[in-house]
Amino acid sequence: MATVAAGTRLVAIVGNPNAGKTTLFNALTGSRQKVGNYPGVTVERVSGPLQLASGSVECVDIPGLYSMSPVSEDERVAVAAIRGEAPANRQPDLLICVVDASNLERNLFLFSQVAELGIPTVVALTMVDRLESAKRLLDLSRLSNLLGVEVVPVVGHKERGIKDLLEAVDRAFESPQPPDVDFTLSLETKAKIASLRERLARSGEDFTKRELKDKLQSESNDLASYAKDFPEIEEVYVRALDAVTSDVEPTPEDDSSYRYGWSTMVSRAAISEPGDPGRKTLTDRIDHILTHRVWGMLVFAGVMYLVFQSIYSFAGPLMDGIDWIFGKLSGWVGPMLDGAPVLQSLVVDGLIGGVGGMLVFLPQILILFFFIAVLEGTGYLARAAFLMDRVLGWCGLNGRAFIPLLSSFACAIPGIMAARVMPDVKSRLATILVAPLMSCSARLPVYVLLIGTFIAPKYGPVWAGITLFAMHLLGLVVAIPIVWFLNRRVFKGTRLPFLLELPPYQWPKWKDVWLAMYFRGKVFVTTAGTIIVLMSVLIWGLSYFPRSNEATTRYEQTFERQWVETEKQEPFGDKYKSAQDSYVAEQQLANSYLGRFGKTLEPVFVPAGFDWRITTAVLSAFPARETVVPSLGIIFNLGGDVDEGSVDLQQAINRAKWPDGRPLFTVWTAISLMVFFALCCQCMSTLATIRRETNSWKWPVFVFTYMTALAYLASVGINFLGQALR
Amino acid sequence: MPLMRDSVMTFSELKQGMRVRIVGIHNDSPEARRLKEMGMTVGTTLNVVKVAPFGDPVEIDLRGYRLCLRKKETLGFDVEPVE
Ligand SMILES: Nc1nc2c(ncn2[C@@H]2O[C@H](COP(=O)(O)OP(=O)(O)O)[C@@H](O)[C@H]2O)c(=O)[nH]1
Ligand SMILES: [Mg+2]
Repeated sequence: MATVAAGTRLVAIVGNPNAGKTTLFNALTGSRQKVGNYPGVTVERVSGPLQLASGSVECVDIPGLYSMSPVSEDERVAVAAIRGEAPANRQPDLLICVVDASNLERNLFLFSQVAELGIPTVVALTMVDRLESAKRLLDLSRLSNLLGVEVVPVVGHKERGIKDLLEAVDRAFESPQPPDVDFTLSLETKAKIASLRERLARSGEDFTKRELKDKLQSESNDLASYAKDFPEIEEVYVRALDAVTSDVEPTPEDDSSYRYGWSTMVSRAAISEPGDPGRKTLTDRIDHILTHRVWGMLVFAGVMYLVFQSIYSFAGPLMDGIDWIFGKLSGWVGPMLDGAPVLQSLVVDGLIGGVGGMLVFLPQILILFFFIAVLEGTGYLARAAFLMDRVLGWCGLNGRAFIPLLSSFACAIPGIMAARVMPDVKSRLATILVAPLMSCSARLPVYVLLIGTFIAPKYGPVWAGITLFAMHLLGLVVAIPIVWFLNRRVFKGTRLPFLLELPPYQWPKWKDVWLAMYFRGKVFVTTAGTIIVLMSVLIWGLSYFPRSNEATTRYEQTFERQWVETEKQEPFGDKYKSAQDSYVAEQQLANSYLGRFGKTLEPVFVPAGFDWRITTAVLSAFPARETVVPSLGIIFNLGGDVDEGSVDLQQAINRAKWPDGRPLFTVWTAISLMVFFALCCQCMSTLATIRRETNSWKWPVFVFTYMTALAYLASVGINFLGQALR
Repeated sequence: MPLMRDSVMTFSELKQGMRVRIVGIHNDSPEARRLKEMGMTVGTTLNVVKVAPFGDPVEIDLRGYRLCLRKKETLGFDVEPVE
C-alpha cells in the first residue's frame, strides 16, 4: 500500500455494513481491497492516497457500522476512526458518507448521527443501479436539499460517478460545510424556515437554518422586532414561526424513533415507489427455495459437497501438469550436477522438490477461493448463516459465526480476524478459538494424497469425495461441543443477540472473484511458499546428513549378505540392484539426524499407527502444515518432484512396511493420519494471529494444547478401532 | 396505548407470512436499543418473510430491507397484526 506523507488531509469513508464502501474505496484509490456481499468483510482500517485536483489526500476505508453507539469490535474500530480517537488519534477532515440508495431509511439513520459530528460531509449514494432496475425514481436535488450536503450517485464497480464524487470532495474542501439536518421538524416547517432564510439573506442577514430554528423556538428573539420593520419579511417570518410552534412535536419515546421518523420522511420525499410494493422480487423467489426449511438445508449440504467434490476432481489435471513440469525440470537439472552428489541432492530433492511440492497445492487453493468468493459475492453466505444459526445456537454461537468459520476453511487467519463482527466478547472468543479447527486449504494436500492412495483406488471416486467432505466436516462437528464447554465453564459475560442483514442476491462481480483468487494465490506462494522451501531444504539437510562412504559401503555389504542368505541367488542383476538401492537409502535415512530424531519419538506415535517416518513428517509440519507432503516425499526417499498427486509417492507409501513386514499404511492408518492433520494446530501464523487478536498469550497456548491433545487422542482412537475391526 | 387489546402478541408468536406492527417496546437493554437502531421502532410495520428450519431465527422485512433475528432474543417487543 502506498504511503501518504504526514500532514495531508484525511478523508474517511463511513457507512453501514455492505453499503458498498470498499467497492467505492477501490474505485477511488485504485486499491484492491476485499469486497463481499455480506456485512463485516472489512474489519480493519485500510488507507490509500486519493488524487484530487487540489492535491493528494489520504483516504481510509473503515469498517461498516449501524450506529455511533458501537456493539461489536469492528464497530468500535469504526467509531474511534470517525471520532479521531486511538489508535489513529486523528479526526478525518472530511467524511464520504456512503448511503445505499436501495436501503435509504436505515442508511440515513447512521447519516443522522454522523451529521451531528460537525465534520464536512459528502454523500456517495451507492446502488443507484438497483433503484433503476426496480424502476424506483430518485429526486436527487431534493435529497441533497434535505440532507444539507452534496449527494453524488455512484456505482463503484462500474466507475460510474467517481469523477463527480472527486469533484464534490474537492468543492467540500474548498468551502467546508457540515451537514445541515434537523430531524425534529416536519418538511413543511423546514421549507418555511428555508424561505425565511432566503428572504433574510436577500436583505444581507446571513443565518444558518439551525440558527433560525433556535431563534424561532426561543421565547425572546430579536428577529421578531427586526421583522416588524419589513412587511415582506414579517409575512415570511410569521409563517415560519407559526409552523415551528404548531409543529406537532413528534413526542417520540426515544432517540431512534426520532431519527427514523426523519429518515422515513426523507426517503419518501426522495424516492418514489412505483406499483405495488407487495410484488415478489427475484431475491424473494430465489429465497423461496434457498432458505426453505427442507429444500434450503438440502441445497446447503449439496453446495458444500459440490465445493469439495470439485476441488478434488478439477485440481487433478492441473496438478498432473505441474507435476510433469517439475519432473522434467529435475530430469534436466539433475544430470548437470552428476559430479557433485551433495549439491545434486540439495537442488533436485531439496529445492526443486520443495518448490514443486508447494506449487502443486496452488490449483486446489485457487479452486477453493473461487468458490468462497462466488458464494460471498452472490449473497448466499448470509443465507447459510441464517440456516446454520440454530445449529450453531445449540452450542452458544450464532449464525454470524458461520461466516468467520467458513472463511477459516480457506485459511484460519482471515477467519480469526473476521470474528470481529461478533457482537460480544464471549462469542468472538469462542469463534476465534475454534476457527483453527476448520479444515484450512493447507490441509488439503494431505487429504488428497491419502485419499488418492487408499480410498479412491479401493472405493471409487464417490467415496473419495465423501471422505474429503467428511474431513472438512470433522472440525465443525468437533467445534460444537468445545464451544459449548467454553461457554458453560470458561467464559464470563453476556451474549448479545444475533442480528444479520440479508442482502439481495446479485451476480458475483467476476473481477472481485479473480482478485480474491489472485491475492490468495500470491500470498500463498510468497508467504507460505517461503516457509515451505526453507523447511524443505532443512528437512532435506537433516535427512541427508550425516552421510559417509564407509557407512554406505557397509549397508551395501550387509544387504549383499542378506540377499545371498535369503534369496539363494548370486548378488547380480537389475532386481538385486534396485532392491539394494532402496535398502541403502532406507538405512541412510534411518541413520540421518532426522531419522534418529523420528526413531526417538516413535514410541509416542506408535499408538496412533505412525512409524518413525510418519512421526518425523508430522513433527516437521508443526511450524506450517503445508510442508508435510514435501517432507513425506523426502522421507520416503524419492527425491525431487513429490506432491500429493505423484504416483511415485503414492506407490512408496503404499509399499512402505513395518520392520516385521506388515504394511505400514492401512486404510485406518490413512484415516488416523488425516484426522490428526484435521485436528492438530500446526500453524505458527495462526497462533500469532490469535495472540494479536486476543492480546494475550493465554489463548494461543490454550488452542495449541487442546488441538494437539485432541488430534493425538483421536488418532490413537481411530488406530485402535481399526485394529479391533480387523 | 393500545396495549390491552387481545390482538397484541409477542415476537415469539410470529409465524411465516404474518404482517405486524410494533405497538410497544418494554425493554431498555442494549440489545433492544440496537434493534431500535436497526429500525424496529414503535409504529414500524414488519413482514415475517421466513422462519428458519428449526423455528428460529426469523427473517423479517422492515423499512425496505431484510433482517434476520432470533424470536427468543427479541424480548419486550409487542406487535399487532395488520392487513
Ligand atoms: N449493484 C451494485 N452493487 C454494489 C455497488 N457497490 C457495491 N456493490 C456490491 O455490494 C456488495 C458490498 O460491497 P462492499 O464494497 O464490500 O461493501 P462494504 O461492506 O460497505 O465495504 C458487494 O457485493 C459489491 O459488489 C453498486 O453501486 N451497485
Ligand atoms: Mg468493506
